[in-house]
Amino acid sequence: MALKAYLRERFFPHLWCPGCGHGTVLNGLLQAIEKMGLSRNEIVMVSGIGCSSRITGYVDFHTLHTIHGRALAFATGVKMARPELNLIVPMGDGDALAIGGNHFIHAARRNIDITAIVMNNRIYGMTGGQFSPLSGEDVRATTAPYLTIDPGFDVVELSKAAGATFVARTTTFHIKQMADIIQQAILHEGFSVVEIFSQCPTYFGRKNKAGDAVDMIAYYKENTTPIGSKAKKENPNLIERGIFVQNEKPEYCNQYEQLVQKAMKGR
Amino acid sequence: MSENIKFVQGNEACAEAALYAGLNFYAGYPITPSSEITEFLASRLPQIGAKFMQMEDEISSLCAIIGASLTGCKVMTATSGPGFSLMQEALGYAIMAEIPCVIVNVQRGGPSTGLPTHGSQGDVNQARWGTHGDHAIIALTASNHQDIFALTVEAFNLAEIYRTPVILLLDEVVAHMRERLVVPQPGEMPLVERLKTSVKEGVDYHPYLPREDGRLPMSDFGEVHRYNVTGLFHDMWGFPSSEPRAVHGLLRHLVDKIENRVNQLARYKEYYIEDAKHLLVSYGSSARSARHIVEKRRSRGERLGLLELQTLWPFPDEIVREKCAAAQSVIVVEQNMGQVLQSVKLAVDKPDKVFLANRIDGVFIMPADILKILRLIQGKGV
Amino acid sequence: MAKPKLEKHHINNDWCKGCGICVALCPKKVLELDDHEKVSALRPQDCICCKLCELRCPDLAIEVETKE
Repeated sequence: MALKAYLRERFFPHLWCPGCGHGTVLNGLLQAIEKMGLSRNEIVMVSGIGCSSRITGYVDFHTLHTIHGRALAFATGVKMARPELNLIVPMGDGDALAIGGNHFIHAARRNIDITAIVMNNRIYGMTGGQFSPLSGEDVRATTAPYLTIDPGFDVVELSKAAGATFVARTTTFHIKQMADIIQQAILHEGFSVVEIFSQCPTYFGRKNKAGDAVDMIAYYKENTTPIGSKAKKENPNLIERGIFVQNEKPEYCNQYEQLVQKAMKGR
Repeated sequence: MSENIKFVQGNEACAEAALYAGLNFYAGYPITPSSEITEFLASRLPQIGAKFMQMEDEISSLCAIIGASLTGCKVMTATSGPGFSLMQEALGYAIMAEIPCVIVNVQRGGPSTGLPTHGSQGDVNQARWGTHGDHAIIALTASNHQDIFALTVEAFNLAEIYRTPVILLLDEVVAHMRERLVVPQPGEMPLVERLKTSVKEGVDYHPYLPREDGRLPMSDFGEVHRYNVTGLFHDMWGFPSSEPRAVHGLLRHLVDKIENRVNQLARYKEYYIEDAKHLLVSYGSSARSARHIVEKRRSRGERLGLLELQTLWPFPDEIVREKCAAAQSVIVVEQNMGQVLQSVKLAVDKPDKVFLANRIDGVFIMPADILKILRLIQGKGV
Repeated sequence: MAKPKLEKHHINNDWCKGCGICVALCPKKVLELDDHEKVSALRPQDCICCKLCELRCPDLAIEVETKE
């Protein structure tokens, strides 16, 4: 498997639980990178804290495993300093949108060329199954024994509103779509967000009687539909997946270059 | 005349010095009384093709410069108390991951929002222990613009040598005061550049294996060596490890690389110490009033001396003990409730002879505040 | 283009955690979990080389080797 050229094989088997969707995200991400033929030296992967963020340890890129919620802020510094590098920032749902919510919306607002991947399992796994801002209502978690009353964010709507110029959603069931979307997201010049539904059978699944990994991945198949499909019209409860936004807008590092030209002239 | 003389604020002196030291990536967030540093660099950095960013908060400011430092940039951020509080987690990260960076804290009155437009020296202990866990830190300070310039350059140099964040503790009084600054000619002050690894592509590179002299050559992100950087305890490749020997070894390294070089890192100035009966120990803006008193009393033949500290951390305890040994009394002059006082008491042989002259009302320390304590010690009443 | 033909399922038993995703989602039911909760290709003759097991495997433990 040529994918293995991108792996730090000595750390396998990885630490994720049996059936955890995060391994499938890693798989899909590497499929995209392999297809693009990117060199390992031109990729910087930055992550925060949580189950998802351990992904940086397993890939043979320049890897920066940072602090909870701040991955995009670190990545912004790397990208601004070396705009020619490809920045990929995988995050968990709590990492990206609870503690990291502010950095998320501001990275989107700047439209800096970073690929943000939200590995959404609707739960804090590493700390033992607490609810997250993507859990949504009526979810059972270790901090929600009477079910959650907190509404969840819609990552797609939030990203759109914040100014992301590439916004997509997929799931661990739809692996070919996942690899394709990630590839397009990396190629996109600007801030791109890819939300990936990723099952946590250990906490979310067990707490919410959602079954095992196989049941949870089947749920993604049955409860999602391509954007604007006929099925969506018939059943509005289906969650749409695909590319929602793909706009061309001035990218931040390019804008900064223009600013430098202006500043140098006026000197 | 080739001398580059300016009449500037302390904040500007700091920013000028950062440029002199080779700063090429700055990220910051507006906060009084440090904003002039950010404003100045917003104007100057783009002119030399370097990077300036105004981030969404102080947390992201420090995170962004850490990221940029990993690509080989010389980086800095500047803030004040509330922002410095927000930076503590990323500061710990920079210590753990050994990332060169300079953090300027222009101190104002605290706790909390406190006194945004008034001076204070209340963050001395926060600089030492603000972030969690055992660690060591370098913190420098200065009392005048020429020294701010020198110590800022020094901060960049030490950050590179020791692969560590260096904190520059200024205070509102010196930061906003205007005075003369002579900007040194290029080459006049030594600059330490990033130590890059000479390990060739394809050969195993250990980003966290110190050389015999204790230094760790770096490889920029984007270059041929791919490694991991983490805030977790890690092995010599940067990969997480909770193996007891690795944990112990790394923590010892992080602390020892600084604490074993206390004297080497000590920067200070002394005035009339040899025969001083009463020795003032001070730093930052407070040291200006202390020096004023010393000069004035000396002209009347009174044996007063001043030890002005510029390195606050690691605390130069041996030097302080030595300098204070002969004095009958030691008066620590600082604008807080006795933060350096504690360190001085721990350092000297007779802690009972150490007194505090301070103010905590937002007003900077005036010569009269020091005289009041001096008279008490001398038994002359208030 | 000729249909790819199966050479071999390479299964990394050290990496496989036996989640059963590949078993359940294989369109031809080629795979089973063995007594040690590791996947094994019990009916390779039915394999259509779609590689969905390889692509989805969260443990990156399967490789479907094919020849043209």
